Amino acid sequence: MTAVSAARPASSAPEKRPRRRINWSSPVIYFVAMLVIALMLAPIAYIILGGFRTNAQITVDPAGFPSPWEVGNYLTVLAEGTFWNQVLNSTMAALATTIGVVVLGLMASYVLARYKFKARGFLYALFAAGLMFPITVAITPLYIMVRSLGLMNSLPGVILPQIAFALPTTIIILVPFLRAIPDEIEEAAAIDGASRLGFFWRMVVPLALPGVITVGILAFIGSWNSYLLPLFILGNDASYTLPLGVQAFASQYSVDTARVLAFTSLSMIPALIFFSVFERRIVGGLTGAVKG
Amino acid sequence: MSVTTSSPASTRGEAADANTGGGHVSPPVRRVRRRDWVKTAEIALLVGPGLLVFLAFVIFPVLMAAYYGFYRWQGFGGPTDFVGLQNYVTILTDPSFHDALLHNLQIVLLSLILQGPAALLIALLLNRKMRGQSLIRVLIFVPYVISEVVVGTGWSLLLQSEGALNGMLENLGLGALQQDWLADPNIAIWTLMGIITWKYLGFAVILFLAGMQGIPQELTEAAQIDGASFWQIQWRITIPLLGPTLRIWAFLSIIGSLQLFDLVYIIWGQYVASTAGTSTMATYMVVNGRNAGSYGYGNAVAVVLFLISLIVALVYQRYVLRRDTASALTGGKNR
Repeated sequence: MTAVSAARPASSAPEKRPRRRINWSSPVIYFVAMLVIALMLAPIAYIILGGFRTNAQITVDPAGFPSPWEVGNYLTVLAEGTFWNQVLNSTMAALATTIGVVVLGLMASYVLARYKFKARGFLYALFAAGLMFPITVAITPLYIMVRSLGLMNSLPGVILPQIAFALPTTIIILVPFLRAIPDEIEEAAAIDGASRLGFFWRMVVPLALPGVITVGILAFIGSWNSYLLPLFILGNDASYTLPLGVQAFASQYSVDTARVLAFTSLSMIPALIFFSVFERRIVGGLTGAVKG
Repeated sequence: MSVTTSSPASTRGEAADANTGGGHVSPPVRRVRRRDWVKTAEIALLVGPGLLVFLAFVIFPVLMAAYYGFYRWQGFGGPTDFVGLQNYVTILTDPSFHDALLHNLQIVLLSLILQGPAALLIALLLNRKMRGQSLIRVLIFVPYVISEVVVGTGWSLLLQSEGALNGMLENLGLGALQQDWLADPNIAIWTLMGIITWKYLGFAVILFLAGMQGIPQELTEAAQIDGASFWQIQWRITIPLLGPTLRIWAFLSIIGSLQLFDLVYIIWGQYVASTAGTSTMATYMVVNGRNAGSYGYGNAVAVVLFLISLIVALVYQRYVLRRDTASALTGGKNR
């Protein structure tokens, strides 16, 4: 990135004047950017730094820095089984949701993108209409349904609805991807003796990988952060995912602000790591989604 | 359409026959029928599981919500106490639902007014080759990735009357500006808007930046050569060409605002939201539905919420989005 931007001005040396005008204003732009970033990161810094303070420090000066730094809060949270149990629950729910969405979504998108049949338009419209039904609207019947299936307080009770509600976005992102695979490749594969299903496994899955990664990440983060559905379905402590755990912890230890902050910041670390690793894919995926 | 359908199918058929058809000659009609059968089986195999999960966990619950909405029902046993439209009458005449609806409308409008211009300005400033641009983009996007629960918990501690924001104002000698940010009904909705803006601004910025990548550079370069200033270029070229992205963003923002739940429920809890003036239709639904044990009523609220969203979406689609989505939804086909 930096290499490109450094190389550009040199290559386009002849038309100097307009470039120089823009460069002239860049300190202002950096200042604005820094200001925005400071506003964006300050609350997060508050949560993380607050975890390093004692309650006494927080009471005396709510907006101060840790002095001395107190790691006890973090260590206490990390030593508790509940935190790790919730990390495990969140991870399992997110992984299962991601795998389910990718597998089911890819199969359905493949048919919608590359098979010609009568009901195709209707099926695509049906899945696309799913975008209009947010989980908020269906939450009460979902709760009743999951209860009658005997899946209350269990992760599958959260995973299945999450897969279902993630399918529309997944299909809408993946169908253009799969349609873009040239027919010639499919014909060549057919001549070489591949059946359509063989073509699907050997060619489509690898070629659609960028799109698959994008929808996978969206599904993972969506599941990791989801709140409403677990709130309805997961009733006992053992089955809590991290968002429920944070909330329960915050109300249970409401006087122990420092520990709540430590717990909260530890719970956001996995999502932050995941995001920073796949940042390019996420942003790229959003671009693709907007362009349709 | 039909022309393109037939040609790949036939070549594939011949190719397959060239491979498998050693000696036996079968009548062409049967061969086609067999291929059709295989194709149908493949379609069923591939779409089936996804469709089943989708129908079972999205479409069916939505239909059930409509059905339960006509009953008075505690959620146990079958719904038997049919009350017709009584639940809907209650909802539409309940002052606290009116409040919630009003708050939702405020949130819709303020989100557009606050986030739109701010995000556009930031995106315009960042839309250039500059050092560290990708890092800046990532950092602006961070709040969007963090879960609502973490955001809500963090902000509610920050904004307590004895919290860090008031403490900071005190330290800066601005003690007069201290407020009861969360509980004061005159301020709470603005506090909520501040948090919403903070959380979702990055999403708008990224979206706008992505849209700006699609604008051909030749246009701005030509304008530069003609002596247009930076702001003239943005106003006359970038913003008009960004139209589709702006309209999609506004659509997502409106629908999201109408269905806002997590942040309000986490920060204000189920009881305080209505007195602080931040309750939304979704929190009203959960509080008066599940938490009150009136499942029939909760479902009726869900239906009202859905219908309001649907009407808004359809109107928006009809009058604003039409040009853009017409190509987006069918674009793949006539590519």
